Amino acid sequence: MSGAALYGLMAEFEDPTALVEAARAAREAGFTRLDAYSPFPIEAMAEALDIHDRKLPAVVLSGGLFGGLAAYALCYWCSVIDYPLNVGGKPFHSAPAFIVPTFETTILFAALAAVFGMLALNGLPMPYHPVFNAPRFALASRDRFFLCIEAKDPKFDHDETWAFLTKLGPRVVMDVEE
Amino acid sequence: MSDTPREPRSGEPPATRSSAILAPGYTFTTLTDKLASIVLSRRTPKAWFFGAAVGFALTMVLLGALGYLLVKGIGIWGVNEPVGWGFEIVNFVWWIGIGHAGTLISAILLLLRQPWRSSINRFAEAMTIFAVACASLYPAFHTGRPWLDYWLLPYPNTMGMWPNFRSPLIWDVFAVSTYATVSLLFWYVGMIPDLATLRDRAKKLWARLLYGTLAMGWRGSARHWHRYETASLLLAGLATPLVVSVHTVVSFDFAAGIVPGWHATIFPPYFVAGAIYAGFAMVLTLAIPLRKMYGLEDFITLKHLDNMAKILLATGLIVGYGYMVEAFMAFYSGNPYERFMMWNRMHGPYKNMYWVLLFCNLVAPQALWFRQVRRSIPALFCMAMIVNVGMWLERYVIVVVSLSRDFLPSSWGMYKGTIFDWATFIGSIGLFIALLFLFIRLLPMISIFEMRAILPEAKVREAEE
Repeated sequence: MSGAALYGLMAEFEDPTALVEAARAAREAGFTRLDAYSPFPIEAMAEALDIHDRKLPAVVLSGGLFGGLAAYALCYWCSVIDYPLNVGGKPFHSAPAFIVPTFETTILFAALAAVFGMLALNGLPMPYHPVFNAPRFALASRDRFFLCIEAKDPKFDHDETWAFLTKLGPRVVMDVEE
Repeated sequence: MSDTPREPRSGEPPATRSSAILAPGYTFTTLTDKLASIVLSRRTPKAWFFGAAVGFALTMVLLGALGYLLVKGIGIWGVNEPVGWGFEIVNFVWWIGIGHAGTLISAILLLLRQPWRSSINRFAEAMTIFAVACASLYPAFHTGRPWLDYWLLPYPNTMGMWPNFRSPLIWDVFAVSTYATVSLLFWYVGMIPDLATLRDRAKKLWARLLYGTLAMGWRGSARHWHRYETASLLLAGLATPLVVSVHTVVSFDFAAGIVPGWHATIFPPYFVAGAIYAGFAMVLTLAIPLRKMYGLEDFITLKHLDNMAKILLATGLIVGYGYMVEAFMAFYSGNPYERFMMWNRMHGPYKNMYWVLLFCNLVAPQALWFRQVRRSIPALFCMAMIVNVGMWLERYVIVVVSLSRDFLPSSWGMYKGTIFDWATFIGSIGLFIALLFLFIRLLPMISIFEMRAILPEAKVREAEE
């Protein structure tokens, strides 16, 4: 630690089982501000870290509803109100024909909401994040598993947390600077 | 789960590897390094330079053909009365159809939890995007004034006009542009974790900048993964009905017309099946040389090829059913024009195309019932090429043969593609090859993180329960 503020402590594990168990133990010990980093999604992590995020499906649903309603409104407004055109005697309000643009736009907006909603909720793009200061963190995208307890955690105490993390049997524990 | 990386492709008997979706002996480390090295550190194989050169040369042919088209107008193509839709629509439908397998692999097989898709989904999705890019060239230039193509979009304009939302051609604009956008998003989102891997593994400055920017600061946080997985599932759920709708809408371009040979209710399902059929043929056409070129036999195993061959066979049977229903309905309808249309297909001036198409799409693929054929790489590659040709002929028969002889014999006429039609078609294949070769050189063509997740060591063992 050289002058810079401390972001947290990070422990490195060799396999996903160790990471899930460590995350569970840390939560049971009362830590609340912690995160796990892994090279692929681990389903058990959501339960181990008590992640309950149900915002994204709602965002996608709203995107889809907006896209569908807007597209139908566009078809209706163009074909009935602003530019009523008799095409082969079809009614101005040709509901069955409007289904296709409505359906496609529903999908388009729901998909846009899914992608940009996921990125926004995850706070991406993020050009800088302190965890990358951990010297071996580049391995989190290859073959190692990391658990980080933040210094902001109310239960955080450098030496005690260090001892706690060491007890979980990691390969190494390291300081992460802001 | 041994830690010693097995020498890949050592002379193991094929029997032990033929049913696995990943060769044994890989760990997170060796798997990541092998797949990342294709982009980052391995010497580019000679075959790559050859393929890229062919692709770029043919792209020049495309640019030349389109440049001349812009100068002279679409009179240089063979389209005229009565066949106003020639190569351009044939190729549009052919390319769009090819794209469908990518979405099927990445979305439908994801929802069905088929882990074997992991090694083929990425380049199949890339194939989708490049195929849609090639496809959209055709209608864009077929309008004759491509610089006014934005008139297709509903936007407030000084002419005070709006598109006719009752027209299948406008539906096409919505369907294809949505399909292109969603496929691109799906592909990019699926690549973010792998781009982070490349960012962390890259040594050269340009590579770190490129992949670092594209990875957007991905750090593999559990909270991020959670939302990422939700987003992937939702995107897959959205892409599934989308892919079915796209070729349905393309089939409406025909089915909503009154021309005999187009006006059939079987068209939507028959087109969707045909699209998947053509798409899997193209995936096989690409996968077989790629796995050889980059030594990816451990990841794209015989099991993958076998599964794809089975899908090819199944969709081929659906397409065959479509052909039979078309012929039967033409006869059963009692409508003389429908009957004549079918007679004309079988015995008219384009009869050779019809019979070759039936051979390619209906007869030849029956060989895939045999395991020896499905597991023989040269046989499978030939089969895929036969289906590629057959599906192009199918669209040719539907578009050209129907239009060339409609209700009134005095308005009949023959169609033949000109040299510019052929140059544009071959050039678009070149564009496809060029884009694909750029992709395999610059981006991870196999999803690294999804491959990690199917390793045995990725399983979380529940100790305390």
